[in-house]
Amino acid sequence: MFRLLRTINLAVKSLLLHKLRSSLTMLGIVFGVFSVIAMLAIGEGASKQAQDQVLELGATNIIVRSVKPPEQASSTTASSNSFILRYGLLREDLKLLSKENISGIERSIPIREVSAPVRYRHREMNCRVVGCTSGYFETNNLNLRDGRFITEHDQVKIDTIAVVAAQVAETLFPGEDPIGKSVQINGEYYEIRGITRTRGATAAIGGSLSGQDYNKDIYIPLKTMQVRMGDDNIQRKQGSFSAESIQLHQITLQISGTEDKKAEDLVIPISEVVRETMEINHKGKKDWSIIVPMELLEQAKQIQLIFNLVLGSIAAISLVVGGIGIMNIMLATVTERTREIGVRRALGARQRDIIEQFLVETIVLSGVGGAIGMLLGWLTPQIFSGTQWVYNKISSKTVEVDAGFNNMFADLTPDVQPWTLGLAFGISVGIGIIFGVYPAMSAARLDPIEALRHE
Amino acid sequence: MTQAVETQFAARVIELHKHYYLGEIVVHALRGVNLDFPKGDFVAIMGSSGSGKSTLLNLLGALDRPTGGQYILGGFDVSKMTDNDLSDIRNRLIGFIFQSYNLIPQYTVLENIEVPLHYRDSRQPIDSEDRDRCEHLAKLVGLDGRFDHKPFQLSGGQQQRVAIARALVNNPEIILADEPTGNLDSKTEEEIMQILLDLNAEGRTIIMVTHEDNVAKLAKRQIHMKDGQVAGDGLFRG
Ligand SMILES: Nc1ncnc2c1ncn2[C@@H]1O[C@H](COP(=O)(O)OP(=O)(O)OP(=O)(O)O)[C@@H](O)[C@H]1O
Ligand SMILES: [Mg+2]
Repeated sequence: MFRLLRTINLAVKSLLLHKLRSSLTMLGIVFGVFSVIAMLAIGEGASKQAQDQVLELGATNIIVRSVKPPEQASSTTASSNSFILRYGLLREDLKLLSKENISGIERSIPIREVSAPVRYRHREMNCRVVGCTSGYFETNNLNLRDGRFITEHDQVKIDTIAVVAAQVAETLFPGEDPIGKSVQINGEYYEIRGITRTRGATAAIGGSLSGQDYNKDIYIPLKTMQVRMGDDNIQRKQGSFSAESIQLHQITLQISGTEDKKAEDLVIPISEVVRETMEINHKGKKDWSIIVPMELLEQAKQIQLIFNLVLGSIAAISLVVGGIGIMNIMLATVTERTREIGVRRALGARQRDIIEQFLVETIVLSGVGGAIGMLLGWLTPQIFSGTQWVYNKISSKTVEVDAGFNNMFADLTPDVQPWTLGLAFGISVGIGIIFGVYPAMSAARLDPIEALRHE
Repeated sequence: MTQAVETQFAARVIELHKHYYLGEIVVHALRGVNLDFPKGDFVAIMGSSGSGKSTLLNLLGALDRPTGGQYILGGFDVSKMTDNDLSDIRNRLIGFIFQSYNLIPQYTVLENIEVPLHYRDSRQPIDSEDRDRCEHLAKLVGLDGRFDHKPFQLSGGQQQRVAIARALVNNPEIILADEPTGNLDSKTEEEIMQILLDLNAEGRTIIMVTHEDNVAKLAKRQIHMKDGQVAGDGLFRG
């Protein structure tokens, strides 16, 4: 033990002889170790974030959405149906996918959404008008800033009332209290009864769900929407019309556990039942899709695992490059110190002693580099938030980036797992050994007489 | 009988041959050298360049194995030892002094003197007693007050003093010096030779290669080498 300390001390002395060279060599390992830790931390952070996003959809929810059927199918429908393209979820589906029909379903929350200009006096804003029921607010984690949500009572009365997002309130009613005032949508007046708090947009998840920005929303009772606006939605695009008829855009099914089964275990089997029901009711027409967050969660976990492996491997390559740098320098050192090796051999050093000496030097080099890299790695969250700051500075000045991506990047917190610190340090020392053995062996194998004669 | 003879000799070489193989060509660097080195001897090996002086000294220093013949050092037959045993023998029985000092540049004076102690048999860590011994030796060769200097801060003569102290630290059977004053001016040469003479007077065996007559005549005995053989061996008192 004491002997090892002394050997290390001697190694440090030799390394200090060429401070710049030693530190540059070490730098390779520093960055290698840092990138391994940082990559794994960012991977882990992204993984947590992705899982959180899926969980935001509700781990025990099943989401059924309307999907525009493929082009050729739509053209036949269009010709036979006076240019109106009918597709998507039906109110009939909502009846089928209900508590009464499928056991385990706790609540079915339908919405219909259209994009429409919303006016108040001379001000106008393009909003997402959402026809919904009271359950929508809870499932989407919407909170009230003022007033109240839409209630069941509003549906029954087919009231022309609305709840607006904070941003809509601020745009249409700057310096005014919107509660009690009426906005105009499609020529009808809706009285504002509530304002929701600002809510962060959700990011797109894979290809299954696009990101959702809740800040341009205006909510009205679903029943009111049906009665006042009908099912048709006509849009003018580049001089041509496109008319669609959609009864419902989305139905969110909340699953609850039974006495002997947890909700989590029921989600997958119920999703199968939902699929079958939809299949039959739509006679095989593919104008709907089903999103099971629970399944997405599993997929997200698997994708993240692969992602982490890839990130880790790329970082590991940089460690190997660092190792090659060390080997290169140690080979140069051996050549340069050939005479010293000869002297030591003459004074009684065995080959083993020489191997030990050079190996310890390499290990000290990679170990110190590894320790510094570990420290940097531990500071990954701080360093990363610096990157985010720089990104914000730059991106705010240039093109508008997708809100979903911006949010994903802004919310990403690298998660440094303690084991990755140990792993990266271990690898760096391991690399020191692997890449140090050859130079050390070649030093030990030198003929003492030749080595002494070396200039 | 042989035992008794061997204890009175520090080293003996019998019919020593050394061949170097350079592809097809065989260089006969030594062709049957017979020499006895009694304890307390001070030998100067002389001879023209290429006569085999360094080759002989390397063999005496157990840095290499002879192609033929025997080499008995301190009672051990060195001719057929393994590499590890040769290392140990060098550490225990031999002190080297080189023409170009060969100090380790990153070490201080004391650390340089300590080097052979790192490789002693026991591989025992250096303790305060060892340190005292190194300091004592450093003072003995006249390096008082320079213990913490690095080699580049020392003159040639001072570096050679460090090398001499280093050669003495393991209390060797023989001290081997290949042109120890070859790089020094005549005044420093005298000082270094005085140290070697003092050591010899204390009873240490010294074998030295030199080109200079005035250095050689300070030794008790001169050996002349020619074409890998001993051409003359005799006592010579200047
Ligand atoms: N490693 C080697 N390989 C091949 N030949 C060698 C080797 N070492 C020495 N020789 C040859 O052996 C012979 C004796 O060399 P050696 O070095 O012993 O001479 P020397 O007497 O020390 O000469 P100098 O006074 O120039 O130092 C020379 O012919 C030399 O070329
Ligand atoms: Mg020579």
